[in-house]
Order: sequence, then C-alpha cells, then structure tokens
Amino acid sequence: MIATDLLGIEDLERSDIEQILEAAAHMQEIGDRPVKKVPTLRGRTIVNLFFEPSTRTRTSFEIAGKRLSADVVNFSTSSSSLSKAESILDTARTLDAMQPDAVVVRHRVAGVPKRIADVLDAPVINAGDGAHEHPTQALLDLLTVWQEKGRIDGLTVTIIGDIVHSRVARSNIYGFLKMGAEVRVAGPPTMLPVGVQALGVKAFTSMREALDGADVVMALRIQLERLSGSLFPSIREYAETFGISRRTLRYAKDDAIVMHPGPVNRGVELSHDLADHRPSVILDQVRNGVALRMAVLYLLAGRERVAGRTE
Amino acid sequence: MPNRTQPPSATARSAPAPAEHPTGEAAPEAPDSSTVLDDLGIRRALMRIAHELVERNDDLSRLYLVAVPNGGVPLARQLAANLREVADAEVTVGILDTTLYRDDLLARGARPRLRRTEMPSVVDERVVVLVDDVANTGRTIRAAMDALMDFGRPRGVQVVALVDRGHRELPIKIDYVGKNIPTQAGDRVELLGDAGDLEGPLRVVLRPEGEGER
Repeated sequence: MIATDLLGIEDLERSDIEQILEAAAHMQEIGDRPVKKVPTLRGRTIVNLFFEPSTRTRTSFEIAGKRLSADVVNFSTSSSSLSKAESILDTARTLDAMQPDAVVVRHRVAGVPKRIADVLDAPVINAGDGAHEHPTQALLDLLTVWQEKGRIDGLTVTIIGDIVHSRVARSNIYGFLKMGAEVRVAGPPTMLPVGVQALGVKAFTSMREALDGADVVMALRIQLERLSGSLFPSIREYAETFGISRRTLRYAKDDAIVMHPGPVNRGVELSHDLADHRPSVILDQVRNGVALRMAVLYLLAGRERVAGRTE
Repeated sequence: MPNRTQPPSATARSAPAPAEHPTGEAAPEAPDSSTVLDDLGIRRALMRIAHELVERNDDLSRLYLVAVPNGGVPLARQLAANLREVADAEVTVGILDTTLYRDDLLARGARPRLRRTEMPSVVDERVVVLVDDVANTGRTIRAAMDALMDFGRPRGVQVVALVDRGHRELPIKIDYVGKNIPTQAGDRVELLGDAGDLEGPLRVVLRPEGEGER
C-alpha cells in the first residue's frame, strides 16, 4: 500500500507501482461512460497548488478530480498571493487551514513538495519539482507501455534528450528500472548526467546504438530557451542528430512505440509525421494521464496521515 | 487495447489482496461443514431462477444481466446459459463494479481494490437484472443501482442473489433468491471456486464470526 504522499517514483516499491497501474486501468472505462463521473470523492477538496505555469498537468489533475466528484480548486502564481512574496510554507499553511483532502504541488525548485508535505496534514502529490521528479508523468508512461506491450519486464526503453535537466527522465528511469525494463539514455554529452550509469542505466551519444533493439523510444521536450546556452550548437543540429524520424526509428524494433511527454517541438524532438500518427502514442499518454491521476487521487485523497507507511 | 484491465505481467497477481476481496481465500480446501450450498445446489438454484426470470418477464429481449463482481460474474454467465437453454433467449451479460460507489470508502484507511466494469450495451429501455452472490445489508445493491443510473435509464431493475443472508439495512428487496441462509451479523458468507478465483465447481461457505479470519 502506497504511503500518504506521492513525492517521487524513487520512494515507491514495485508493488506500489503495480497497485497504482491496476487501479488506473480500471479508471479508464469511466471516461467512456455517458456520465463520466463517479461519486467516490464527493465532498472532498483537492487543491492544485502550481508555483510554475502548467496547463496540461494542471488540467489533467483537475479533470481527474472532477471525474471522482471532488471539488477542485486551482491556486496558481498569477491568481494568488504567491506573486506577493508570501513564503511557500506560509501559503501551504494557509491552504492547510482550509482543510483540503489532497494538495497537488508543482514548483520549479526540487524538494518543495516534500517541504510542503512536511507541514501539511493533507496528502501531497508532486506534479513536478525542478529537475527532481514528475511521478504521475512516469506512471502514465508506464501505464501506456504496459497496455501497448502487455508487459514492462524485459523491455528496452530508450530516453532521448536533455536527461540532466529532465524530471520526466528521472522519474521514468526509476519507474522502468523498478518494473524490470532495461533503460538507456541518449543525447549530446552535455545533456547526459555524470554518473547516470550508477543508477543502472546505459548512456549513449550514438542514436544508432541507443535505439538498437529498443521497444520504447521516448523523446523529451527540448527547452528552447536553453538553446541560447552552450548545451548544443543549434536546433537544426540537434534535430538532425537526436530527432526521432522514420529514418532513425529503423534502428529500433519494428514494433517500437514513440512517446513524448508533450508539448512537442515539431521537427525538433520528433519529425512532423511522427508527432501525430502511429507508432507515436502521445495522445494515448494524455488520455491515460487522466485515468492515472484518478487512480492516485482515489488511493491517496482523504487518507489520514499516519507515521510512515500504512498497512 | 488488449490488456486494459489485466495486471502488468503476472506479478500483480502476487500483490496483496485486500481483506474484503471475496476470492482472497480461494486456496483449495476440502468442502466441509462450513459449506452451506454446494455446486449442485448452486446449479439447481440458478436453473430455477432462470425459469422464474422467464415467467416474470414477457419480453426476454429486453433483459440485461449485470453482474456485481467478483461473485456475480460466474453466476450471471450461468444464468445466461440457462436462459438460452430454457427459453432460447440470448441475453447480454455485463459487469459493473460498485467499489467507487460504496458509502463506506472514505471511512476506511486503505482503499479497496477496484474490479472491472464491462457494459457491452446501453441500459436505456432494458430490464436490468443485477446478479450478486450474497445479499446482506443491501448497500452493494444500492451502490449498483446508483452506478447503473450513470449508464442510462433502464426500464426496470430486478435483483438476483444466490444467497440471501438477511440483515438488510436499506429498503432493498431481492426479487430472485437462490437460498435463504440465516446468519449472525458477524458471520462471513462467501462464494468460492474449488480451482481458486471462482473457477471450477462453486460452493458457498459460512464461517462464524472469528473463525477462519486471517
């Protein structure tokens, strides 16, 4: 049974991940019903506390909460006192006094959700903190791969892009390794973390080697604002060397799937034709994101905080 | 998507099942004095109920058997086979998990495991027959009716229970009962399969309060 908060995949056991994925698989069917809502969290309040702009993740959590009949309140930088230099913990304490049943936190600094969880009674769900973790993204990616491939154990997963700065990569590395997959990372040397091999990951700068025999090809979003720096010379050069196209995909297995956490820089991480069609499963990832977040809220929201793990 | 509700690899099967999981104790065990309804008794009861369904429903093409998992699933399938046999009627079978509609979810610590829902056709204008293994407080049937209404507007709802053990807490009437079994409130009454997981010959066991608890 997963603990009170969901702060990162690193903290989870394989059985916790399986429990969440199994619950999420059952939640998917609700989205196909005439009434896309179940009364499970009626009367419960979920606060989306977003210190960093995010439309997709926040909307996904909001829809997930509403499909479970919770009341969902959005706190974001533009609409609250967060811009008035109120400290993060003061904001958290203020929110806590309003007795939410779960708080979803995103912040550009790693570790903030943990700090907030330490002062809140309500369960805290990390929706992305700095370059640390983005656990619900990794879980929805695991769900997508499991349903596409029928298993995760024994698959080869290649993650391509700015691994150093990516919380998506980090959470996925933990998640796929815990579920028994082989994980490879690829990108320009400046984007590969020093010592990433210590996690049990293989690092490549050659796409041909990185993709050889891969079942899952996951491209990360390149932060275009970082391009002005010295990580790599130009968008064009990145796209030519590390962009996924039908040409580079030939190195992977014939039935390999292509994933991306979105939003896609078309023509950079993925070629235009790959962004919209099989073998890319990007829209399945988005759809699964709602079911996965419903599962997390079902398992966590309103749970009483107890020391350590429960049951 | 082929594997929508199957556990990831076989490993999820080893995940600890919550205590209320009705098949959690399906480990083979010799039928003993705790068996209150054996496989033959179950088959006879389901054949009788099939005849009663034919008797009470003029238009069998409207019938829609909706099983409450897990115990209701093999029972609804058997009822559908019986209706084919006795009335040459093809009746749709659906599965409706009531977990997310329970009224005790938030009072509990750990959340119960979800089960699958598969509703292959619309419920509007159909006569839905809810099929459950054991009728007790009536709360599961209440939850099932709420869930059902989210799928549409049935013309009517009837309820089948293989065993009615009494102790109703809500004004719910069971239309077709396989067997009435008097129990104490703390007793556990379960439908089990000899081959585990509700497979193989079925039987209903009664364990008095405090016995067989794990």
